[in-house]
Amino acid sequence: MDKIENNKAWFLVLPVFVIVAISAIIPLMTVVNYAFQDIFSPQDRYWVGTEWFESVLADDDLHGALIRQFVFSFVILLVEIPLGIALALAMPARGWRASLALVLMALPLLIPWNVVGTIWQVFARADIGLGGWLVNALGIPYNYTNDPVAAWLTIVVMDVWHWTPLVVLLCYAGLRAIPDAYYQAAAIDGASAWKVFRYIELPKMRGVLLIAVLLRFMDSFMIYTEPFVVTGGGPGNATTFLSIHLTKIAIGQMDLGPAAAISIIYFLIILTLSFVFYNVMTRMGTGERA
Amino acid sequence: MSLQLQSIARTVGGSTHLHPVDALLEPGLHVLLGPTGAGKTSLMRLMAGLDAPSAGRVLQDGQDVTGVPVRRRSVAFVYQQFINYPSLSVFENIASPLRLKGEERGAIERRVREVASLLHIDHLLDRLPAELSGGQQQRTAIARALAKDARLLLLDEPLVNLDYKLREELRTELRALFERRGAVVVYSTTEPLEALTMGGSVLVMHEGRVLQTGPTAQVYHNPASEAVAEVFSDPPMNLVSVEVRGGIARFPQGLELPLTGHLGTLEDGAYRFGIRALHLSLRPKPGLPSLPARVELADISGSETFVHVHAEALDWVVQEEGVHEHGLGEPVTVYLDPTRLYAFGSDGRVRAAPVRGRGG
Repeated sequence: MDKIENNKAWFLVLPVFVIVAISAIIPLMTVVNYAFQDIFSPQDRYWVGTEWFESVLADDDLHGALIRQFVFSFVILLVEIPLGIALALAMPARGWRASLALVLMALPLLIPWNVVGTIWQVFARADIGLGGWLVNALGIPYNYTNDPVAAWLTIVVMDVWHWTPLVVLLCYAGLRAIPDAYYQAAAIDGASAWKVFRYIELPKMRGVLLIAVLLRFMDSFMIYTEPFVVTGGGPGNATTFLSIHLTKIAIGQMDLGPAAAISIIYFLIILTLSFVFYNVMTRMGTGERA
Repeated sequence: MSLQLQSIARTVGGSTHLHPVDALLEPGLHVLLGPTGAGKTSLMRLMAGLDAPSAGRVLQDGQDVTGVPVRRRSVAFVYQQFINYPSLSVFENIASPLRLKGEERGAIERRVREVASLLHIDHLLDRLPAELSGGQQQRTAIARALAKDARLLLLDEPLVNLDYKLREELRTELRALFERRGAVVVYSTTEPLEALTMGGSVLVMHEGRVLQTGPTAQVYHNPASEAVAEVFSDPPMNLVSVEVRGGIARFPQGLELPLTGHLGTLEDGAYRFGIRALHLSLRPKPGLPSLPARVELADISGSETFVHVHAEALDWVVQEEGVHEHGLGEPVTVYLDPTRLYAFGSDGRVRAAPVRGRGG
């Protein structure tokens, strides 16, 4: 209407600008600054162009970390998504059993990440940990501190334990949102349990599955705390994922230029893959003809 | 085929959803009419075999099918919500029951196109349900049910979620579609007007009981009880308690009505008189008895005005042709046509009904 009101409206969006600037834009631009310059102090800095990028991209350690990271995220999605769907399907739909199942499912999600790491670090120890000791007692040699395969298994199992419940809760919510009439219609058609899953439950869960895949991909690709607490990236470099590698470069060696370059590469990978996942999955349901 | 219900009832956890129902449904259209919660859906689920009755038997062509699971019966169901397979095209949706029956490709193709053209969705066969309007989605669901060619076709308030215009259109089409089939078609609705438009026979339901069955128009004109008259009347039938003595009915408002015609045979005693809204008038009609009342609400619907009036011991609705303005609390005189009066006894059973011949 009149101008004074319009100007006041800016004050309402100002907080958002401030928050986004402080939380996203300013830190990101700082990293960009570090990635293209060699900075000794605010007054003493040199433009290096893409030099840092060239050096880190040629670095075998980064290649190793990147491959491990991709394999890890892939395994996590491969295990957690189907397992989450299966558990959600198996959960009771109503009554006190449903409440109980929901509470049990939510428990791992309520535990701080470093505590999850500590729990598994102790639990899986071959000497004093209940889990590790049991596995050894069964005659299977297992020690995550010196065996890379055992270390990987430990991290994967821990992540599955920690994060599958998130997938379960999302799928469960999606399943509960399907009106009963769909199941009746399928029963009247004489559809088998598999057909009900394939043509009713799965398409109806598409939205929540999209969110589950995106969240689990992004989170697993950024995993840091738990492997840091359990294995510290070892044995050797066996569980040195991208974020652990990055921290070693940035904090361990104080190579801020290469670390900034890795950060930007890291960020772009997650952004690109999330974009691809999102587009593929939103199209999957609509372009499909079965 | 025919469907026979032998005192089927359903109780769930101590609460009775359905009191014993007896009915014989011959091929043709049957309308289940009743307000929400009357047990229409419960009864249809029992007919379909989705639920097992707590007591009684269901017979198809004289054969007991009570315990037979729904997938082995010849049943199709259309719901109030638009239920289609979300990831399948309209074509595949309509074809799904045929594919499950294992019919051959050419026959499926022919049948799907045939049914789709009946429901005017043949140009939408490649679309997904989510890409259709509500009316088209429901057409798809109905097409799927028709494609199956089931001997029992159940439609549970199928048009409730559609807009008014579309509802009228589809209602007329459906009636024509059902007339051509040899199946038992059961169509449930909460709207008396819809029941009258669909025709066929009607089962009036209320609070888990089937109150009356018969040809739709006949039940409308001759309700067996006060409850049927209320359910099968829109707005619900206007009722008033009167005292009959010596051939004169005394209304609580002081009106004394000499009883003639179909009411002439009433014995002395307490009655409930009922009259439909369209047989009341606020405009003076020479020779008709009248009551004083006050306007509580005037509800304009389309080209009609529903005036809610209040007087001592009486809340009535008067249906007037055309759009009329009425002030809140405005005193009015309500004229009633005594030839259209129903009389119900204190047990709720009908004692006298208007002689048919004119009016609705």
